Amino acid sequence: MFIKVNKDKCTGCESCIQSCPYDAIVIKDDKAEITENCQLCRACLTVCPEGAIQEIEEESDKKEKGQGSGVWVYAEQREGVIAGVSFELLGIGKKLADKLGTGVSAVLFGATGAEAQELIRWGADRVYHCTDELVSAFNDEPYADLLSDLIQKHKPEIVLAGATPIGRSFIPRVAARLKAGLTADCTALEIDEGTKNLLQVRPAFGGNIMATILCPHTRPQMATVRPRVMKRGIYNESANGELIEVKADNIKSRTKVLEIVKEVSDISVNLQEANVIVAGGRGTGGEKGFQLLYELAEALGASLGASRAAVDEGWVPYRHQVGQTGKTVGPRIYFACGISGAVQHVVGMQSSDIIIAINKNPEAPIFNIANFGIVGDLFEVIPLLIKKIKEAKGL
Amino acid sequence: MRIIVCIKQVPDTAEVRINPETNTLIRDGVPSIINPYDTHAIEAGLQLREKTGGTVTVVTMGPPQAETALREAISMGADEGVLLTDRAFAGSDTWATAYTLAKAIGHIGADVILCGKQAIDGDTAQVGPEIAEFLDIPHVSYIRKIDNVGDGRIVVQRLMDDGYDVVESSLPVLLTVVRELNVPRMPSLKGKMAAKKAVIRKLSAADIGAEEESLGLKGSPTQVRNIFAPEVRKDRKMLEGTAEEKVEALIKELAGLKCL
Repeated sequence: MFIKVNKDKCTGCESCIQSCPYDAIVIKDDKAEITENCQLCRACLTVCPEGAIQEIEEESDKKEKGQGSGVWVYAEQREGVIAGVSFELLGIGKKLADKLGTGVSAVLFGATGAEAQELIRWGADRVYHCTDELVSAFNDEPYADLLSDLIQKHKPEIVLAGATPIGRSFIPRVAARLKAGLTADCTALEIDEGTKNLLQVRPAFGGNIMATILCPHTRPQMATVRPRVMKRGIYNESANGELIEVKADNIKSRTKVLEIVKEVSDISVNLQEANVIVAGGRGTGGEKGFQLLYELAEALGASLGASRAAVDEGWVPYRHQVGQTGKTVGPRIYFACGISGAVQHVVGMQSSDIIIAINKNPEAPIFNIANFGIVGDLFEVIPLLIKKIKEAKGL
Repeated sequence: MRIIVCIKQVPDTAEVRINPETNTLIRDGVPSIINPYDTHAIEAGLQLREKTGGTVTVVTMGPPQAETALREAISMGADEGVLLTDRAFAGSDTWATAYTLAKAIGHIGADVILCGKQAIDGDTAQVGPEIAEFLDIPHVSYIRKIDNVGDGRIVVQRLMDDGYDVVESSLPVLLTVVRELNVPRMPSLKGKMAAKKAVIRKLSAADIGAEEESLGLKGSPTQVRNIFAPEVRKDRKMLEGTAEEKVEALIKELAGLKCL
């Protein structure tokens, strides 16, 4: 596939130039031309008023798909505790499997039979479980070896994993080895009705826009999903499933975990557990603005969040960051204060039940996703809010 | 020690905005920068060289203008820059990018390979681990500290959600780094002079012995189907009036929803 300008149709109006995120369109002899910077993102296709920009299919595009059936979920554990994202993946995995008329299996490395049973209750039809000592702590190579072997043997058509420090680290190795397409940090997954391909939606270009990604010719189709993006399925106490023991033969590890160090985080940064989050962005103007947000958070018993812009400015430490490159959160109430609402941030908090946006700029995109919007100056609104909340709570 | 740092030239995405009417990106005057995470990888490479001796080679894949990113890295103190540039690389997803970089790294030779944890334009964090897989070497992601290096081993701290793991690896190894690791240095005057004079080595697909089938769009299992702007919420309520009235209204709404 490549992108081409039909020179007969092109009027040289230049309207396509702006549309290209890669600066790959130039005007040469009064006609648009696609340069080698083109990444084939198709952003320009719909922009041309003359329809002169075209997508040209090549013979090599019509490759055979690999085979495969079944949806797999990699269920992650740390020190014997299954990560919540695993149950969420079983939720979406089951939906996809139903559409495809197939089942959903979980793969678990480490932990015990009790945890494997829990996966069945959360919707897994089958659990591949390896209890070998070598996989109790996370090392990339043995995890990648084991999962690759299982995939090659059983050929699932879809493999999902959490976009966590573990999943994001070893799943790419599996994809590289199997020559499988892997899409990171998906925010929505669907099955295309016609082709049965997996449609993988994720933020692109620094999270300013969404993109749909496909793996049209290869199997399995692999994707990672952020915690708290998908909803859990139904928990069934009496569910029955198949438990398959997996042996850890012929696997190696050139890395070794010497120590696991837990860092105690106080409530103010425990974002993923928080019921209420007060978050600030560039519009807070600096540490002084964040001091106000601390006070609001304190009055609400809330955790403090921040956008990447505020963290990059050095106003708040990284551990407060919410968004695609920070944490994904889903509190009952999310206060977005002085946050413009770039997709990069939004994907990290859009599953909040109630979003309240406070921003000086009425055009800020954050208002597009808010339940309640207040256009106004933070330094005026927040102190009032603190006062009223204290009153309402009888403080 | 032969140290390779992989870098990427990216649009400064903090500056990229979307035009909601045409559903396209507005990138007028958006500057190209070295991916910020990669500047920490460069700094880590320079510090490692100060400790163990050796060379720091900076590698990037991209169009000819990506050369400026390499010169910037040299101005920080890197010894040389290698640019992988070839029309055949166009349209590469993470798989094809990692394949290409791994081929080049195999060609150059390295004991430690450093990458930023992810690039700010794609945010996938996939290319680093995939390079390690193609080279059949171990990797450790999200490095926040290098504790120790020597005798063919390295001990690092890997950032996790609930703290960190202390991980030992054999060499050669690939490490992806997070911002906490260090503060990237500013270019020195001497560095700037060196950057100006430096001859950037350019490698094509043929130079690195890459298979054509594995490059660019042909070698990419994933494809972008379309791009679009996020949806607007329909039940949004904008609160009106004076600041006091707006806050009043909000408190009432929240109380009504039993949120206070």
